[in-house]
Amino acid sequence: MHLMSRSYKTFLIFNNLFLVLLTLLCLFPVINVLAVSLSSSAAAAAGEVAEWPVEFTVKSYQFVLQSGQFTGSFQNSVIRVLTGVSLSTIITVLVAYPLSKESHVFPQRTMYAWIFVFTMLFSGGIIPSYLVIKQLHMLDTMWSLVLPVGVQVFNILLMLNFFRGLPKELEEACLMDGASHLQTLLRVYLPISLPSLATIVLFTLVMHWNSWFDGMLYMNHTDKYPLATYLQSVLNKTSIPQTEMTVEQAILLQSVSSRTVRAAQIFIAAFPILAIYPFLQKYFVKGLVMGSVKG
Amino acid sequence: MRAGTKRRRNNGQLHLMLVPGLILIAVFSYLPMAGLSIAFQDFNPIVGFNKLNWNGMDNFEYMWALPDFMPAVKNTVIISIMKIAAGILVPVTAALLLNEVRSVLFKRSVQTVIYMPHFFSWVILGGIVIDVLSPGEGIVNQIIQAFGGKPISFLSSNQWFRYVLVITDQWKEFGFSTIVYLAALTSIDQGLYEAAVMDGAGRWRQTWNVTLPGIRPIVVLMATLSLGNILNGGFDQVFNLYNPMVYRTGDILDTLVYRIGIVQTQYAVAAAIGLIKSVVSLALIGFGYWIAYRFAKYRIF
Repeated sequence: MHLMSRSYKTFLIFNNLFLVLLTLLCLFPVINVLAVSLSSSAAAAAGEVAEWPVEFTVKSYQFVLQSGQFTGSFQNSVIRVLTGVSLSTIITVLVAYPLSKESHVFPQRTMYAWIFVFTMLFSGGIIPSYLVIKQLHMLDTMWSLVLPVGVQVFNILLMLNFFRGLPKELEEACLMDGASHLQTLLRVYLPISLPSLATIVLFTLVMHWNSWFDGMLYMNHTDKYPLATYLQSVLNKTSIPQTEMTVEQAILLQSVSSRTVRAAQIFIAAFPILAIYPFLQKYFVKGLVMGSVKG
Repeated sequence: MRAGTKRRRNNGQLHLMLVPGLILIAVFSYLPMAGLSIAFQDFNPIVGFNKLNWNGMDNFEYMWALPDFMPAVKNTVIISIMKIAAGILVPVTAALLLNEVRSVLFKRSVQTVIYMPHFFSWVILGGIVIDVLSPGEGIVNQIIQAFGGKPISFLSSNQWFRYVLVITDQWKEFGFSTIVYLAALTSIDQGLYEAAVMDGAGRWRQTWNVTLPGIRPIVVLMATLSLGNILNGGFDQVFNLYNPMVYRTGDILDTLVYRIGIVQTQYAVAAAIGLIKSVVSLALIGFGYWIAYRFAKYRIF
């Protein structure tokens, strides 16, 4: 680029340096806590750990993974994610398709759309929602975590805008060939909607994996807690609860501290997201931008 | 005639597709809205909804008299306004700087890292923040001490707590918010830049006269739409970071509702606070969308 001035080149260098710094600043707290989780309790307590583990050990992870509560709530979370994501994805697609039709084809579309969008704008809040779940006898069941968040209006809007961006001729050709709406949706629309579908699956998956408050509200028994709720309940405690500890754990406890154990719990909970993120990342920017383009 | 009946049959299928979604929101969104009526009742959780004891505005009067109510309103509004301001300034700056980057690989790498915290919950990020800021062993205070400073207990200091909320909120969300502005930047007509170069505009002039006016509509739109969030201070974040020592500056309406409603089981009073919050938010959102439609031709769907 011969057109670049000297001052602009200097700016570019500083700009890149600044962005590298910003990126490191984003990562550093995460790396620091990861290093703490892999350090000895003495090194962590002395504040010697920065970006690299001191006196490397995986004892904290062993300690966490041997806890029955932790593995139990991990399982609860996996079940929750699987049921929640399938339910939400099916409903999102089923609702987005009719709402993506033009008003002259489907005259009630606007009314239905407002019924859904209104739930984004106004809500009863936690108290009436809690009372409804209670009256339906859904406390302590997986349904209380899955059904109330089954309709994700934001995802519906993304999907709807994506469907609208598809060429009209596609649908006309299908209906001309005698396909029903459901067939059109399943055989033609969905296969070409993979980026958008991947985006909403990612969003719902992350939402379910991260949700902790509903678990705390609706589950009376701690063994029903999803992982995020369990973590929330232990992360703020300064000491490790000594109850229901196995002999192996009691021995391990001597070589870990509550700080290194907390750090290990944070990382085990973050791991699934770290693991799927690289695969879905290439989709969500594309899906998000395509979904938000208005036709 | 034949075409008419065929269309009606097809539309029947469209109605059917909506049924599962409609049932779920009827039960889990609209029923709780009706349930807000307990804000006007002397609600007894054992008797339930069957026996209604209307008590007019008693719960609201009780709410006004609560010593924690007005401070919570004030905290919520202050925290939200700080967050909204930072939430526009930081991502716009980041998008402008990223837009100047030439190497696609470098740009992608930066984006990948800054998007990521968005996908972690406040339970995880809160755990990290608490560890990093802890006055004893936390890395931030280790650094402060290395430079000869005194350790600061950020999370139990009323002076610092709101700044911690705003900064950590940006840490989590600024990267994700830049997506919108980056998309807006790429849609600016390249011809405008060429014309500016012909007129002898340098890089700064181009930014000032082409780029900034180019993204102004989207900046105004995002600011307008965030109006509706003024009564949301961010429950997840505050709940995972606060403690009784910082109630004075950090207690927001949602955390107050939780404490009164769920912890103290005063359902009716908590529902009254929730109702006020929802109504004011709805008015603000409505106003925001109205402005967005008038000035940016924005529609929700």
